[in-house]
Amino acid sequence: MNFNTVVMVKQVPDTSNISGEVMKPDGTVNRAKLPTIFNPDDKVALELALQVRDRFGGKVTAVTMGPPKAAELLRDCLYMGADDVCLITDRKFGGADTLATSYILSETIQKLGPFDLVFAGRQAIDGDTAQVGPQTAEKLGLPQITYAEEVIDLKEDKIVVKRRIDGGYEILESSLPVLITVLQEAATPRPFKATRLMALKNARTRLELEKMPETAAKPLDELISDYKNKGLYIQTLSREDLGVDLERCGIQGSPTKVHKVESVVLTGEEHKQFPATREGIGELLDSLIEEHFFG
Amino acid sequence: MDKGSQEVWVFVEQHSGQPVDVSLELLTKGRKLANTLRGPLKAVVIGHELDHAVKESFRYGADEVLRVDHPDLRDYKTLPYSRIICELIKERQPRVVLYGATFIGRDLAPRIASNSVSGLTADCTDLQIGDATWKKELCENLLLQIRPAFGGNIVATIITPDVHVQMATVREGVMEMMPAKAPCDGKITNILYEPTAADQLVKIIERHREAKRSNLKGAPIIVAGGYGLGTQKNFNLLYELAEVIGGEVAGTRAAVDAGFIPHDQQVGQTGLTVRPKLYIACGISGAIQHVAGMHDANRIIAINNDPNAPIFDVCHYGIVGDAASVVATFTETYKKKLK
Repeated sequence: MNFNTVVMVKQVPDTSNISGEVMKPDGTVNRAKLPTIFNPDDKVALELALQVRDRFGGKVTAVTMGPPKAAELLRDCLYMGADDVCLITDRKFGGADTLATSYILSETIQKLGPFDLVFAGRQAIDGDTAQVGPQTAEKLGLPQITYAEEVIDLKEDKIVVKRRIDGGYEILESSLPVLITVLQEAATPRPFKATRLMALKNARTRLELEKMPETAAKPLDELISDYKNKGLYIQTLSREDLGVDLERCGIQGSPTKVHKVESVVLTGEEHKQFPATREGIGELLDSLIEEHFFG
Repeated sequence: MDKGSQEVWVFVEQHSGQPVDVSLELLTKGRKLANTLRGPLKAVVIGHELDHAVKESFRYGADEVLRVDHPDLRDYKTLPYSRIICELIKERQPRVVLYGATFIGRDLAPRIASNSVSGLTADCTDLQIGDATWKKELCENLLLQIRPAFGGNIVATIITPDVHVQMATVREGVMEMMPAKAPCDGKITNILYEPTAADQLVKIIERHREAKRSNLKGAPIIVAGGYGLGTQKNFNLLYELAEVIGGEVAGTRAAVDAGFIPHDQQVGQTGLTVRPKLYIACGISGAIQHVAGMHDANRIIAINNDPNAPIFDVCHYGIVGDAASVVATFTETYKKKLK
């Protein structure tokens, strides 16, 4: 069988590794200084899509919306085994909330499709909203299965998926096409394949080719077609390529606005210190017992 | 500025006719928001055999219940539920719609926000009605959607000034749950549900639910661990302590990510909010996302090797030292004193 699958992936700041160096004096994080990583849930979504392809046949395309630097993430997707990748990038797309993001992604998927399966991670670690998947499904008019743990079966026109619910699980059967968001427990991402890494490390987006010294000698179009012929061109889509409505993009297309941001000054009263010794801990325990916390 | 409706809606999630706690918590909060807006509080109740859920909605302050009762709707299914609410919102244009940030709420709310082109803020830790100046214009009576923001100890207030329908999700336990002082036998509006072919695109083959495993919400004593404990072996010391002092064990997001403890025992913005008598924070630095879920504990003990960790700013008793060895000594000393 030949299933056409698209996976939505995102490059995110590594929020689990916030060190003192990236903190600004006012206590906020300097995002530009944080290292970026492959959003963990999205990496699992790609892995699951690749497993489904390997089991049932077909093709996997990874797409991401982000700054030009997100090309790094797409190369990682290629090294893992994605058949095709696509970067959606445009200054006008910056500052998008989940609604504006889902608009661009749904327009992209419509342009690249038709697809049988759309995969995404459950949520991204920089916001934890878990909204872009369902919002994209609604815009595409697709059914959705969120919190997927396992793809049990895939047939020509339907898929059977196990998903998590509060206090248990559900097994759902959906018609195709369908959008599926994936839990981290669903799969273990495979390591990069050395042969793929060697073959694809020179894959470049349009923006990267523009900046290459060769562009001085050769028109960009020719350079792109050279890279295409070698299978090393990363499709790059801007707002013109997508023909999207500017009103619905970026900050303009985002209904949620940050009204204010406050540093929290934790206002705990002076606390009592106990030394970390046997005696100190005993003293603390005595006062807790006296206050009737136990029993 | 806005002349549309000032209705506050709460999606009341029910399992076998029993509304979930977070929905009742949101009705309690919604009652206050509706009073400030001078609009009605309406509960949206979808399912089958809903008498109890309707009664509870009134008890927790709803003025009106929008009831959609049909055998096909007994169990939650994304497509019919989202279609029904999208149509209701389109027709009636409520000012505020609130959802519990449960598996169901987080599956449902984004679809509806996408359809109705409204803003949606996930996992709010507070909701208020207030004025805000946006693009030099004063917007009155906006829903202020307050949540910790990524990075550092930062709390952001999100607004959606350009759209009429404002939506938010809130985790269980964040808001208080209190029956209304003067509950009314309000109006029930029955909404007709007509099944469509699209509603049947996804079928439930099997569903398995167990009663909640975690007893964290009502536990008087909670022993919580963070990434600072370093290893699963160290984390397991918390279970020994919890057992001897009669408490439950919880963890931070980082401890969950490290695999030390299952997700349903996570305390914090994206987990549970707890209000125990005693909260013992071991190897927890005190990021705002975690503190949001535990700062209302009556007594907080912090054990951390970094004297500058923010957790010491919220605690009542502090011990600066290696969390694992302090916990081990704590357990041992308690056992001795018990004898």
